[in-house]
Amino acid sequence: MSENIIEVHKISKHFGGVTALNEVDLEIKKGEIHCLAGENGSGKSTLIKIISGFYSPDSGHIVIDDKEYSNLSISETIQLGIQVIYQDMSIFPNLTVAENIAINHELYNKRKIVNWREVNRIAQLALERIGVDIPLDAIVGDLSVADKQLIAIARSLLHNARLIIMDEATSALTRKEVSKLFSIIHRLQEEGISILFVSHKLDEVFEIADRYTVFRNGHKVVTDDAEGIDSKKFVYYMTGREISEDYFMPQDIDETRSILKVENLCLKNGFKDINFAIHPGEIIGITGLLGSGRTELAKTLFGLFQATSGKIYLDDQEITINSPMDALNKRIAYVPEDRLTEGLFLSQTIENNMSAANIDNLRSNGVIDYEKVKSNTNSWVRELGIKLNQTTDSIQTLSGGNQQKVVLGKWLSTNPKVLILNAPTVGVDIGAKFDIHYYLRQLAHSKQYGIIIISDDIDEVLMNCNRIFIIKKGRIVQECVNTELTREKLQALILETTEDSDHEI
Amino acid sequence: MKYNKIVKRNEFFVVLILILFSILIQMKSGQFFTPNNLVDLARSITVPGIMACGLLMVIASGNIDVSFPYTAMLCMFLITDYWSKVQYSGPVIWGFLLAAFLGAVLGFINGILAAWMKLPTLIITLGTCTIYTGFTQGVLKSHVISVLPEPLEQMSKHNLFTVADSASGLSSSMHISIIILLIAIISAHFILKYTMLGRGIYAVGGDPVAAERAGFSVAWIRIFVFTFCGMLGGIAGLTQVTVSGMCQINFFDGYEMTVIAAVVLGGASISGGNGNVFGTMLGVIMMKLIHNNLILLGIPTSWSKFMTGALIIAGVSMTAYKQVVAQKRVNTNILADGEGQ
Repeated sequence: MSENIIEVHKISKHFGGVTALNEVDLEIKKGEIHCLAGENGSGKSTLIKIISGFYSPDSGHIVIDDKEYSNLSISETIQLGIQVIYQDMSIFPNLTVAENIAINHELYNKRKIVNWREVNRIAQLALERIGVDIPLDAIVGDLSVADKQLIAIARSLLHNARLIIMDEATSALTRKEVSKLFSIIHRLQEEGISILFVSHKLDEVFEIADRYTVFRNGHKVVTDDAEGIDSKKFVYYMTGREISEDYFMPQDIDETRSILKVENLCLKNGFKDINFAIHPGEIIGITGLLGSGRTELAKTLFGLFQATSGKIYLDDQEITINSPMDALNKRIAYVPEDRLTEGLFLSQTIENNMSAANIDNLRSNGVIDYEKVKSNTNSWVRELGIKLNQTTDSIQTLSGGNQQKVVLGKWLSTNPKVLILNAPTVGVDIGAKFDIHYYLRQLAHSKQYGIIIISDDIDEVLMNCNRIFIIKKGRIVQECVNTELTREKLQALILETTEDSDHEI
Repeated sequence: MKYNKIVKRNEFFVVLILILFSILIQMKSGQFFTPNNLVDLARSITVPGIMACGLLMVIASGNIDVSFPYTAMLCMFLITDYWSKVQYSGPVIWGFLLAAFLGAVLGFINGILAAWMKLPTLIITLGTCTIYTGFTQGVLKSHVISVLPEPLEQMSKHNLFTVADSASGLSSSMHISIIILLIAIISAHFILKYTMLGRGIYAVGGDPVAAERAGFSVAWIRIFVFTFCGMLGGIAGLTQVTVSGMCQINFFDGYEMTVIAAVVLGGASISGGNGNVFGTMLGVIMMKLIHNNLILLGIPTSWSKFMTGALIIAGVSMTAYKQVVAQKRVNTNILADGEGQ
């Protein structure tokens, strides 16, 4: 028997004229945590779908237990002990925890009648195996993302799983939840289960992986031990370009003027006594854990919540913001946290998305002027370097990075004075991420904009914000200057300020 | 079940309104909790109740069907008319089996269109309901049949028991067709709760992509729910003839709205994924209760539609309103344990 649980040999896959995978190899050892990294479109999800039997490869084969397969079916892979946890987790929000866990098992055993006692027993055992306690009769839709993830993991264990593939498992988790997930992954590893962990986050690869493989444009770039990798090399493998970023440093700030200033701003249950000011040319960062009040603050500044007390000044004039429309009229723009549900109209074209916030200025004689819509879109496409075929294509044809640039362009075309960005580069390729950061710096240097970046991506705030506010339980607990910090120091500050009063269950 | 969970469910409000409404009628007229009134109520929910069992499955699977009343109409007229012409006098059960089969075929057409062509089911069933109506009027040349064929005539007079109110001298009879309703309720409940098919219906309603990945046949489930709904529609059609003692094809006009409203009022989300037979029956009772008893409250029957509409909105809004409020404010108190408790 080989020491590998699975070997992928020279797999290729084409979609129409596009090569998604070009003779890629991948070997995962028994009991290994292997990390698969790559940008969007690098072919990693295509490979997962081939391994799980969803797609069949054009050429190449897969070896499992010394047997060669040129084409696996979904039921075959389950039989062989391969389980995939997709990014959306494929859970049923309307059903109970017990049923979500046991449903595949019941289907797999070709049951026709449901034995509820058995369903509960199976689910209980599965949860015990990963050492978590979630009420079996809870409706899954009411649970946190982290709990949903645990349910998906518990479910995947039921068919004597030997290889579990986790696709971007951590993208919606807080740091604390990630470390819990990692301890469960280690627990599974001790049982001899192999994990293929798909991620593009460097710190996660460091922390969890034994070995890693990087894909780029459908090719395998490298497979190596995770020990000893540094971030520069990793980014180079992923993007194929040397990207170096230095700390953002604004030039000659006029501290007597402020574009946006808030004084003792409070929101019931949300945050309390928030004070800060943005001077022309600055980018400020607000960072804190999930549920620290950072998103509530952003939403309040954009009129989605109404502040209970406190004052907001725009260009040193006191204002109130009652609704998003109101914010827009006062030239405040907000790039929201979740591009897919809050930032874009997914069924619409790129053009329509780009014009949505600025439609009032794209009219002639009271009706929409499609020439203006087109030229507005084209100018932002050029300005932000958005890669697309036609502006009349659906927004869904674009990659995450380009979609996010459309969201940014949409708001910039409203000619804002204050630009609030909430988690602006989540799920964005590294290349596009650096483009967006570079562009924000250019905006800041023009001194026409006050920019706020709200993010829990430590590198993002550290590199791009000249002042950083740490928010915790709805209060700003610390203000720092970026050049006086390091990544480790900032991370420690965020964690330290929470752990001393942590009463979590 | 915990107190909180009960309150969260839509059925809770329906039960609450039901109780309040019955007490109100009782106080106003003293005629609600009479055997008479209750038997009449049971009789009036029979046909919509059968239909609601089928529709619940369609709605739980995340689809919608507006064609079932017209399926009922077609089956009802076709069989009654045919039996009248041939002077059929055999067992009545063949009529119901035929109605079930015919209804299932008509439902199957909806299901095929929904599953294979992946068209929006509202549009599909709007189309087929118009076709079924047109077919009944044009091809079958529908008309009122006031003299029923013998087996149906006999069944229409078959009552399980009769209650009489000594005070008013009125009597009401529990019609045999209530048994059909009971069978429909039990089978729908069993399928939804205890078969993998039923759980698949909820799974598809919750997330079709996840259901496909888990190994459910989404296409087959869609076909099944429409076929089942059509089958119960056909049966309900013939049942209506025996309940009312005549065959009048415009009986089912607008019925789809009443039944959809009843299912939704009973706690099923119109976007699919939940709802159960118990709640649905509460919804049906609610709709009929209002319709039948407004007069007892001194409200003219011409207001019954107005009241029904208002109650639907009120009933469904209770839970929806909570969600709207929840979105507008910060729910978990972020500040809480910093307060130095």
